[in-house]
Amino acid sequence: MAASWVEACAADEIDEEDVIRFDHAGRTFAIYRSPDDDYFATDGLCTHEKVHLADGLVMDNIIECPKHNGRFDYTTGKAKGAPVCVDLKTYPVRVEGGKVLIGLD
Amino acid sequence: MPQRIVIVGAGEAGARAALALRENGYSGAIALVGEEVHLPYERPPLSKAALIDGDAPKPATILSEERLAENGIDHIAGAPALAIDRAGHRIVLEDRDPLPYDRLLIATGARARRLAVPGAGPDNIHYLRSFGEAQALRRRLQPGSRLVVIGGGFIGLELAAAARARGAEATVIEMAPRLLGRAVPAELAALVAARHAAEGVGIVTGAAIERIDALPDGRHRVMLAGRDPVDGDTIVAGVGALPETTLAAESGLALDNGIAVDAHLATSDPDIFAAGDCCSFPHALYGGRRLRLEAWRNAQDHGNAAAKSMLGLGEPYAAVPWFWSDHYDLTLQIAGLPDEGAETVTRPLAGDARLDFHLAGDGRLVGASAVGPNGAIAREVRLAEMLIGRCARPDPASLADPAVKLKSLMV
Ligand SMILES: Cc1cc2nc3c(=O)[nH]c(=O)nc-3n(C[C@H](O)[C@H](O)[C@H](O)COP(=O)(O)OP(=O)(O)OC[C@H]3O[C@@H](n4cnc5c(N)ncnc54)[C@H](O)[C@@H]3O)c2cc1C
Ligand code: FES
Repeated sequence: MAASWVEACAADEIDEEDVIRFDHAGRTFAIYRSPDDDYFATDGLCTHEKVHLADGLVMDNIIECPKHNGRFDYTTGKAKGAPVCVDLKTYPVRVEGGKVLIGLD
Repeated sequence: MPQRIVIVGAGEAGARAALALRENGYSGAIALVGEEVHLPYERPPLSKAALIDGDAPKPATILSEERLAENGIDHIAGAPALAIDRAGHRIVLEDRDPLPYDRLLIATGARARRLAVPGAGPDNIHYLRSFGEAQALRRRLQPGSRLVVIGGGFIGLELAAAARARGAEATVIEMAPRLLGRAVPAELAALVAARHAAEGVGIVTGAAIERIDALPDGRHRVMLAGRDPVDGDTIVAGVGALPETTLAAESGLALDNGIAVDAHLATSDPDIFAAGDCCSFPHALYGGRRLRLEAWRNAQDHGNAAAKSMLGLGEPYAAVPWFWSDHYDLTLQIAGLPDEGAETVTRPLAGDARLDFHLAGDGRLVGASAVGPNGAIAREVRLAEMLIGRCARPDPASLADPAVKLKSLMV
């Protein structure tokens, strides 16, 4: 199914090397801006105990969960360190006219 | 390279070590021996979600059957290890053939300290260390029932919060003048105590227990010196944990507040290592001070480090201690060792959250402690942890100023 693009936030709303929370249609997402100024999106809840990843710390291309510091590569969703072992779902992102859009299925 | 590695104790440290052996390229045999019948599981939920959530909680498994198979780990469950035959390099198990090892990891954790007061016995006092014990307690936390917790430490207070969440009454009895006296700075402990009081938990501090009496209706009465007695349907003791050192002690390994290991987690026998709650180790960040931590992250980090050391790839252990505990919607997180601090600097955080930095006399950041909703404190504590790990000497004024990003202090 083709992705439908949803506006998530203004591009400058997210600091460099940071993450924010975006809620849409009963779901929650995390949107990242990498140190290289690229944007990424994943599901917003940690796969360990379902806390909001947007409260976590972004370092390079890693998001660290705020609860027990489980790590994911936010560019691929891959779980990178204990205690998380289930990957995050990722979503395509594009930036248009200063807005960050994420592609939802 | 060793050919046969045996890990005794299939908990957090043992499970993590088994995986880390494979991650570090070890291809020999791994036996993960545990006395419990379950797959290796996490303990922190036992005093939290496992008491509150869902209808029939299952253990939060660390290693599934598939993951064990994928990694070629032989999980031998329901098999208490009875003795280490050091001369023969074998582990003696109950009802099974002995297991030979080239390297052995002891990861037997800790057990709940038993309450030693007249009238306290296995029939009337509950403890919380295993999944089975959590299930037994959960059945008793019914709306309107009364829980009495003896011991105002982390586990006791988390239990009180769980009881309130299930509609039960809870009273916490603490011998010391304040709650959380062992590990938490007084100001933070006071915030946690105030929250428990606001949630309706009865708190009795500075209380000496004289004995436990049985009441005719099947309930129990805790008799206190010079105070009113406290009655309850269920009494739990959360009065600390003792390192599980029986195997090590009986086989003559050196002990020092737990199994004594060096900075590579090796015991006094070079083929035997220990990890997690069962051992004490010298910590490089704190001038070699010997620590025994009862903390989940330490058990994981130890598991990883011991795996490397057993393969000859080890580095001295220097991970920053880190601990969390949950009460209602509040989380408490502690990084480093606040008690090594001579000065405290407070950074105000959003809402009622509080974050304290603990600085040693020479200005080095040695600890950070915080309480508040998880989202309000976690990132800052994580950054503080990194600063502690780097032996940073941050400017106290910057630490106190919420406008200064902690990330910017990372040099
Ligand atoms: C209720 C509870 C809540 C907790 N909450 C938190 C928290 O919020 N935050 C935090 O940081 N830490 C918490 N902890 C602490 C954390 O769970 C422990 O530090 C961690 O589990 C230690 O790991 P370990 O592998 O050393 O020991 P364990 O996880 O206890 O594993 C040891 C295993 O060895 C087995 N064993 C012992 N002797 C033998 C033998 N002779 N033969 C075979 N098997 C044996 C035991 O049955 C056990 O399964 C909590 C602990 C408990 C009990
Ligand atoms: S909830 Fe994310 S690591 Fe545990």
